[in-house]
Amino acid sequence: MDDLCRRLATDLDAGFPDLVEHLSSDVYSGLRRLAGPSEAEDLTQETFIRAYRALAGYDPDRIRSLQLRGWIWTIALNLGRNHARDRARRPTPVELEDRLGVEDAEPPDSRAWDRRLSALSSPQRRAVVLRHVVGLDYDEIARATGRAVGTVKSDVHRGLERLRRLMEEEG
Amino acid sequence: MTEYIEDALEGLRSSPPNSTRTAVELGVGLLPGYARYEAPVGEVAVVFTPEGVRSVRLASEVDPRAVEARPPRAWAGRIPRALEEGRPGDLPLDLRTVTDFRRQVLQVAATIPRGEVRSYGWLARRIGKPQATRAVGSAMATNPVPLIVPCHRVVRSDGHIGAYSLGGPDNKWTLLRHEGAEPDQLEDLAASGVRYLASDTTGVFCVPSCHHARRITSAHLHTFRLDTEATAAGYRPCQSCHPLG
Repeated sequence: MDDLCRRLATDLDAGFPDLVEHLSSDVYSGLRRLAGPSEAEDLTQETFIRAYRALAGYDPDRIRSLQLRGWIWTIALNLGRNHARDRARRPTPVELEDRLGVEDAEPPDSRAWDRRLSALSSPQRRAVVLRHVVGLDYDEIARATGRAVGTVKSDVHRGLERLRRLMEEEG
Repeated sequence: MTEYIEDALEGLRSSPPNSTRTAVELGVGLLPGYARYEAPVGEVAVVFTPEGVRSVRLASEVDPRAVEARPPRAWAGRIPRALEEGRPGDLPLDLRTVTDFRRQVLQVAATIPRGEVRSYGWLARRIGKPQATRAVGSAMATNPVPLIVPCHRVVRSDGHIGAYSLGGPDNKWTLLRHEGAEPDQLEDLAASGVRYLASDTTGVFCVPSCHHARRITSAHLHTFRLDTEATAAGYRPCQSCHPLG
């Protein structure tokens, strides 16, 4: 990643496809759980497009010192929040049939996990998904969400606890 | 149990569709996109970046790196009109790779009305560089956005129709016929050395394709080989076609 930062700092256009390559599964997997299957792809694209524009405006020193994995999530979360707010203002469109194909490729219990995760408070869901689906460490999550490390740890812990109880209830 | 949950959550990791990377590279302009349109010269590919249209090629000769895609919604609808009218209008063009001089030539070429032609020399005078006729010729030959910036309306300084970059000179004739510029007549006038037409009712002289010149009836028509002859005979240059550039 440090090497990638160096390359982005010297030649953004040459390094950027590698940034997408390295982080697209992170961003997509997380947004898939936080924003839903029909939005994840578009939001993933938009996250990287915004990342490119942001990088184009940074000076090389700033790019070299970026923690890319956490940084990309500050963009993705911000976008996800605005998106949810915009969607709340609009009537929800009927889910199109061609989206069903997207779900076919997912693990069989994917929808069950969506349901369980939706029972969590949104800071808990965000913390659990970023920690255990995406694989960020607590510092990265704290930076991306603008919350204290201790708070993030406790969100993850409580979130997992809630998931455990839900699964016990399911039997 | 918590360990099981952590493993299950880790198992939810997945990759985005392959199209994501392409869409991102299109979205930031690292990869050009193209869309196909029908034109009088056949199917053309309009190559674009997020900033605007970058080039127009015959569909058979499009850059193999370009990806067929939908142009940005904000201006996609303006492309067919720009192609049909032969002027950019409010369609954004991405001419970052074009030199300032060539961009200036393209801007002036874009003002030539549909159905009319001007010469390389005229363009050179119009941008204030009358000596730059050859450089204007290369700017037209390398015009990245033919049809939209109508280089088919720019002809040789002797009035002959001349060369064309988008698939050769036949296409230039096709386009000029399509917009009613009557290239056969223009070519005949050029062959007979006529460069300007004047009307003794208005006292004005024009380039032969000017829409004012076309309305001159034969009884009032005077022809000239040189602008100096026209001015010496007391004619003023037309305010519409600016025959002097």
